[in-house]
Amino acid sequence: MRPHTLHVLVENRAGVLSRVSGLFSRRGFNIESLAVGTCEEPGMSRMTIVVLGDDARIEQVKKQLNKLIDVIKVSDITEQSTVARELALIKVAAEPGEGRAEVMQVASIFRAQIIDVSPKSIILQVAGDSEKIDALERLLRQYGIKEFVRTGKIALMRGMKGGR
Amino acid sequence: MKTGARLLVDGLQREGVETIFGYPGGAVLPVYDELYDAPLRHVLVRHEQAAAHAADGYARASGKTGVCLATSGPGACNLVTGIATAYMDSVPLVAVTGQVPTTMLGNDAFQESDITGITFPITKHNYLVKDAAEIGQVVRDAFYIAGTGRQGPVLIDLPKDVMTAQVDPVPEVQEARLRGYQPTYEGHPRQVERAVALIQEAERPLLYIGGGVVASGAAAEVLALAELTAIPVASTLMGLGAVPCDHPLSLGMIGMHGTEAANFAVTECDLLIAVGVRFDDRVTGRVEAFAPQAAVVHIDIDPAEIGKNKPVDVPIVGDARLVLAAITAKLARQERGNGWLSRVRRWQEENAPAPAAGLDPAGVIRQMNALLDDEAIIVSEVGQNQMWAAQHYCFRRPRTWLTSGGLGTMGYGFPASIGAQFACPDRTVALVAGDGSFQMNIQELGTVVEYKVPVKVVILNNLYLGMVRQWQELFYDRRYSYTELSPVDFVGIARAYGVEGRRVEDPDEVGPGLEECFGTEGAFVLDVRIEREANVFPMVPAGAAINEMIGRRG
Ligand SMILES: Cc1ncc(C[n+]2csc(CCOP(=O)(O)OP(=O)(O)O)c2C)c(N)n1
Repeated sequence: MRPHTLHVLVENRAGVLSRVSGLFSRRGFNIESLAVGTCEEPGMSRMTIVVLGDDARIEQVKKQLNKLIDVIKVSDITEQSTVARELALIKVAAEPGEGRAEVMQVASIFRAQIIDVSPKSIILQVAGDSEKIDALERLLRQYGIKEFVRTGKIALMRGMKGGR
Repeated sequence: MKTGARLLVDGLQREGVETIFGYPGGAVLPVYDELYDAPLRHVLVRHEQAAAHAADGYARASGKTGVCLATSGPGACNLVTGIATAYMDSVPLVAVTGQVPTTMLGNDAFQESDITGITFPITKHNYLVKDAAEIGQVVRDAFYIAGTGRQGPVLIDLPKDVMTAQVDPVPEVQEARLRGYQPTYEGHPRQVERAVALIQEAERPLLYIGGGVVASGAAAEVLALAELTAIPVASTLMGLGAVPCDHPLSLGMIGMHGTEAANFAVTECDLLIAVGVRFDDRVTGRVEAFAPQAAVVHIDIDPAEIGKNKPVDVPIVGDARLVLAAITAKLARQERGNGWLSRVRRWQEENAPAPAAGLDPAGVIRQMNALLDDEAIIVSEVGQNQMWAAQHYCFRRPRTWLTSGGLGTMGYGFPASIGAQFACPDRTVALVAGDGSFQMNIQELGTVVEYKVPVKVVILNNLYLGMVRQWQELFYDRRYSYTELSPVDFVGIARAYGVEGRRVEDPDEVGPGLEECFGTEGAFVLDVRIEREANVFPMVPAGAAINEMIGRRG
């Protein structure tokens, strides 16, 4: 059991996301994260899906995804050399004073940006691989995380594929 | 200039559709108005579930794509069991539903249901059409998807305003070209080579064939391979008829209620050539004990089936007919001198289960078999009746056996037999039913009468939900919890609708009863009161190994 990262190229049509996510829940596959947006091909979207499972199970996930008519291509990029990023926004309890200073220090170590400040809290923005965001979350928990959202992982293979 | 409804009807005609099964309602009135004088036959069933099953029976009997039509909301929802049944058995079906106008979509309008959402998991694909100009192409694509690759149901949901919208100019319909859908038909040459090598080396090979063989029209190719290389053939419930039951290499049905020969052979084989099957748990029993000594070649048009339930040594994605032909072309005639066939033959001869005392259901099926020709189409309901028909009727041709295998849908058989009779008006269509299942769509007697459909219904009536009672007897200490059914005057009900009938309670009456049933010109309901607690044997208990059969005589 380990996380696999899949790239799923789909038709940019209504209902595609629910077809894909429905397939996962119906067949008992666990989605760790799913990020979707338009991509370089007009009329298509690319999903980056992180799914946990052994090789046989992942093979089945890929085959079932491929059966969907709106799915154009499924690639497992787990073994590829990739760059992967996730974006998170974290609202941390931080009253002016020592606490806030500490939070800001932690933020700067993680290269997180402060994008909003209010009397009782600040909002940090951080991008990076998922482990980095996990680590930051763990550290900030002691100050009190009020709200936390992350986009889910997106990834691209390094280098030029097919000469493009 | 044409309306959306007209474009739908044009599209159906362009696809060669002659008969559709449906039930009207407010949200499909524009289509019904077009059907009023369209050169298409619409069959009015008595319940939408029956429309889906009838279209399914039509498709299974004919090999063409079946079509059903229903209104929005309750009508569409009533199709669901029929669509799921077709999905599980890979039957090509196009279901068209009416929908509330696009302006009301999502508002919980009167008779709205999100039928595309509901049917995501039970269709190969589905469409909610929001622009009437797309209807022609959607119909083309839907039939293409339903009828190619691994076949299956496709649903088209049409909001009422889309049906009435005027389209001008009418766009031309292109060949279906879907970038996300390109089925593979030819087997990979290297895998074909590997299969050939395994067949040449095997000492105890076995062919394990299923519904995919019927769907791809590969019956002749299976037989050619089996005969050339002397390989015995075991068939799933869905594959029955692909190889004649009385062919010396035929071992009959494999699985929970399979034959000793098939179940022992799979346990001992050293090469399993699985064709158009999906290693269903009703076939494999405990999957680790299924073909434990065998190298496995799996031929299937759906890559997702290969390796899903059982690890495979040689995966071949492709159409069964083409792949088998490619394999056979590379093989020379082979004899098997190692005693495998004689061993198999001994299993075939031994261990027939004892007949039931009293009115034996197996005997009824055997007598039916003796009366009917090879062309007759036998449809079943679900339960013991289904298994007795599968075990004791001798199927000799593909598409002469229609049954709900994957979903096991009670109520499937009667409407499916109506659909089959529409597809094959000149052939005998006989339904083997249980008293429970028949009551699930008994209202279709009305359809039978209205359209003079001459289906023959043989009820193996045990006044029980027999198969469930059998499980209660064997595994729940005979505690018959809610499985006893009160007696019903089926002959009286049939007559009330205008169908002839007869009740048989005596073993000696079975022959004359069947003769009257099949000798009468129109439809007929034969209510046969069988031995109440007759069981289906042999049986592999759920979760046991395939060769751990109970209910064997010796
Ligand atoms: C729609 C549906 N509901 C419930 C079942 C569960 N079930 C399987 S077999 C069976 C009994 C069938 O009884 P009957 O039609 O009388 O046939 P018999 O087994 O007696 O031949 C039942 C209830 C089912 N398969 N389908």
